[in-house]
Formats: sequence, structure tokens, C-alpha cells
Amino acid sequence: MSDEKIKKVTIVVSRGSLEGVYPGLIMANGARMEGIEADLFFTFFGLDAIIKDRMNNLKVATVGNPGMRFPNGMPMPTMMGGLPGISAMVTSMMQKEMEEIDIPPVGEFMEMISDAGCGIYACKATVDMFHLTEKDFCPQMNEVITVGEFYEKSAGAQIIFT
Amino acid sequence: MTTKEIAGKQVELDADGHLVNVNDWSDEVAKALALEEEITEINDKHMQVINFMRKEFETSGSVPSIRKITKQSGVNTKEMYSLFPGGPARKAAKIGGLPKPKGCI
Repeated sequence: MSDEKIKKVTIVVSRGSLEGVYPGLIMANGARMEGIEADLFFTFFGLDAIIKDRMNNLKVATVGNPGMRFPNGMPMPTMMGGLPGISAMVTSMMQKEMEEIDIPPVGEFMEMISDAGCGIYACKATVDMFHLTEKDFCPQMNEVITVGEFYEKSAGAQIIFT
Repeated sequence: MTTKEIAGKQVELDADGHLVNVNDWSDEVAKALALEEEITEINDKHMQVINFMRKEFETSGSVPSIRKITKQSGVNTKEMYSLFPGGPARKAAKIGGLPKPKGCI
């Protein structure tokens, strides 16, 4: 272990699936809990995690996911991932498991992370591309920023892309 | 594990500097441990968190997550960060004489 501690991280969340969003949130919260400065930057489908009407309805991507398994540990044939209801079912199972280990739903987690002093930013290019406006976002979203501003804010930080 | 004199008492500490035995804890030990974390004064709010965490530890055997603390102790997330700067759950656990929190939240 190096003596030099990590002082600041910027975490980019680019995916909008449940399993695409949570690692970034857990890392951002974990950073603040260790006294590390942290910012979250949401881009492309990752923006769904800070869009009011979508943030609590994220789903596990079951299509094309060879890691999927049945609760008994047997591999799930990738074909099954596309059947109606599979994504909803897997999502609700995962949410139940997360609740057990005290991982909050996205909306509550975002409040927690924001209150912890983590900056929450949305990508300008995506906002324009998807025709979104400020009022589509949760109140914790601090600002819509360009990629240039993203690098400015990330000065001295380790950038983590998820 | 090391033995150290804290507040005039020999206590055992783990590798992270947390008390090994929760019963070694007292208000004086809490004050001394707080100083190690650069918290110079323990007020009622600190104690509200610590008492909640100790009670939870006693009943469940594990240090509560920050989510649980902020939902059930009456101290919110923002307050937690200002009471225990740079490590809300970890510092509160240390000052409260509990082991380092094991969860990721």
C-alpha cells in the first residue's frame, strides 16, 4: 500500500441499467465516507440515474449478459434474458438483496451522496441530445456541464469511468 | 493488537486503533479517542450517534451502516459529516469504542 492517499475522485456513470449505475454510486459514497473529495458525472444513459421520473425504475440488463444465474447458482441461458418479465423479476430480486445489506434505492442514495458533499453533474451533450431540461432532474443535480467544465472540475482528481 | 494507556487505563487496540473490548469504553476513553481524530469536543449530538451505535452493536453484533445511523438515530447525513469530519461512520465507531465498520455503505 502506498503512503500517498487518494484525495479526490471524479466518477463517470455512463450506463443506465441498475448494475451500470450502482457501482458508481457506491464508490462515490464510499469516497466521501473516507474523507475523499468526490464528484459524480452522469452521461448518456447514465443520466437516467438523476432523472426524477426514471431514477427509481432502473432495471437490470438481462439481455446479452452471460453472467446471469438462477438463484441456485445454475447459469441462465442468455436467450432467456430477453423473455418478457425476466428483467423485472431479476431487478426486483436484486433490489431485495441490496436492501438486506442496506444499499438504498437510487433516489434515497442520491440524497445521501449529495448530503455527503459529493457534486452531482449532468453531461451537456447528452442533455441536448435527449432534449432534456433542468426540471427533468432530481433536486440533487447541481449543474449541467460541458466536457471542458468536467475536466476543470476534475483537476487533481482520479477519473473513474463506469 | 497493541496495548496502550488511554485516559489512565491500559486498553487493547486492534490494527486500526479501535478498542478490542467494547467494555473498555468510557466517556474519558471516548474523549481521548476523539482527540486522536482531531475532534476536540464531544457534544450531545456526538453522544446521540455513539449511544445509538453502541446499542445497535450490542443487539445485532455489528456496527450499523451510515444509512441506518441517519435513519434511526435522529442525526442526519449532513450533521454526521460535520460531527465526524472526513470519516463519519469510521470515526464515530472508533470514538464509540466499536470495531471499524465492515459494510460498503
